[in-house]
Amino acid sequence: MSQNILIVAEHDGRTLSVATAKCVACAATVPDATITIVVCAADTTALAQQAAALAGVGTVLTVEHPVHAHPLAAALAPQVAALAAPYTHVFGPSSTFGKDLMPRVAALLKTVQVSDIMAVESATRFRRPIYAGNAILTVEVLDGAKVVGTVRTASFQPAGGGGTARIEAATPAVAPPTHTRFVSVSAARSDRPDLQSAARVVSGGRALGSAENFQLLYGLADTLGAAVGASRAAVDAGYAPNELQVGQTGKIIAPELYLAIGISGAIQHLTGIKDARTIVAINKDPDAPIFEVADFGLVGDLFEIVPQLQKLLG
Amino acid sequence: MKRILVGIKRVVDYNVRIRVKPDGSGVLTDGVKMSVNPFDEIALEEALRIKERGAAEEVVVVTVGPADCQPQLRTCLAMGADRALHVQTDTPLEPLATAGVLRTLIEREQPFLVLLGKQAIDDDNGQTGQMLAALWDRPQATFASKIELTEGKAQVTREVDAGLETLEVDLPAVVTVDLRLNEPRYVKLPDIMKAKKKPLDTLTLESLGITPRTQLKTLRYEPPAQRSKGVRVNDAAELLAVLKHKGLL
Repeated sequence: MSQNILIVAEHDGRTLSVATAKCVACAATVPDATITIVVCAADTTALAQQAAALAGVGTVLTVEHPVHAHPLAAALAPQVAALAAPYTHVFGPSSTFGKDLMPRVAALLKTVQVSDIMAVESATRFRRPIYAGNAILTVEVLDGAKVVGTVRTASFQPAGGGGTARIEAATPAVAPPTHTRFVSVSAARSDRPDLQSAARVVSGGRALGSAENFQLLYGLADTLGAAVGASRAAVDAGYAPNELQVGQTGKIIAPELYLAIGISGAIQHLTGIKDARTIVAINKDPDAPIFEVADFGLVGDLFEIVPQLQKLLG
Repeated sequence: MKRILVGIKRVVDYNVRIRVKPDGSGVLTDGVKMSVNPFDEIALEEALRIKERGAAEEVVVVTVGPADCQPQLRTCLAMGADRALHVQTDTPLEPLATAGVLRTLIEREQPFLVLLGKQAIDDDNGQTGQMLAALWDRPQATFASKIELTEGKAQVTREVDAGLETLEVDLPAVVTVDLRLNEPRYVKLPDIMKAKKKPLDTLTLESLGITPRTQLKTLRYEPPAQRSKGVRVNDAAELLAVLKHKGLL
């Protein structure tokens, strides 16, 4: 049976998030799938072109409305739900955007949501992590129910380019509510790569000891062209801002190279990095749990090793 | 009465190491410590602080689950909740069904604010709050790290991937809470004694006129794939050499 999959695009108003390309990759693993992306924005022109260029996408729907200048689940959900009738599946990324939006869509459709899809076994059968990744569940959606899903982006490589999807304007017949209003966002703007999508990440833990010492990692990250991350312990101690937190309660990432510096390796942190291709651990405690998962371990004082690394790289 | 409704779930305590049963039928829970879902505890703490500031008059906790949930409800009463509602059922409910139960209770309780944890640490679904907001057709503010109430409105700061986002929502609304919102209080012995006398009402799905639907079947549980242990290097130079050799630098 052919499957008709609608993907809700995530973007910042100008650029489509790589998470959307990963949703396309996930949808492409559903047998016999036709893939449509819906772009909801204040101005969809550039975003729709980016979506149409993703390999494997058949159609891009655009929903243009001033309220979509910022992603509000309360405004997006009824519009997405109104477009959902012809589709067997509605997917979004398992980012804070998708986690906020998709359950609201599922409830409006009175259907089930499969959260954090890490693998597709069939059009109705999916694998997903529970207990912070300490168990993997295989679930089956019953009775032909429409499948709303969030895609665990760390489990998929982004779809490639070169696509030539057609672009159509859509006008969902529901007005967005006015009970929810965007006030502000304080994004930590930086020239460094984005933590969620960076190929290399330098991450620091409690052993850094202070916010000043944590700055040491920025130098190394810049030398490597890497993003900077932090353990929850480092964030809670105030050494690094919250949006740098890597782990089950922060960002779940899958870089090519992950350098864990002064991070002991609590389960909740390891859950956030287990799909990293190569993990390097630098820690003065030879018994730290991080060494159990590291591909390369170096026991020693980070305050000596990090400057050495930087000198050798520079 | 200005009332806050707080949804809580009984889960395996976050300190317990989870093990999958050898036959793949579930995780081992026999004799395992059970607790209030940590995010829900933060939701309750916030409700209590709002009441202590004088911005609410009553805090009601509710859970949906088997008879075993009562100790967790008593813990919430000991923390300071005024009363508890236990919708007793032995059938595990899917998030949409739980949201439907909460929606029905909202009709009875008429809260101006519903607080929930952003997710339960067992199923990690993270759906119930948003689904409730949809069924109720009211605003939602998920992953809250700060909640400020003014007349008829709430300003909620949310932990999003980009940083911190602030929304203004009209009340009533559903707010799901993140870790940094507050640190829940410890329960003291006199509070545990007092909690025994607080009202705890038991309801059934039938009495609420709810027949839950099942749309998802669990086929199997598996332990996650393990990463193999790697090699130790002796110094910074050797580390860079192996990374270069692997084509990572």
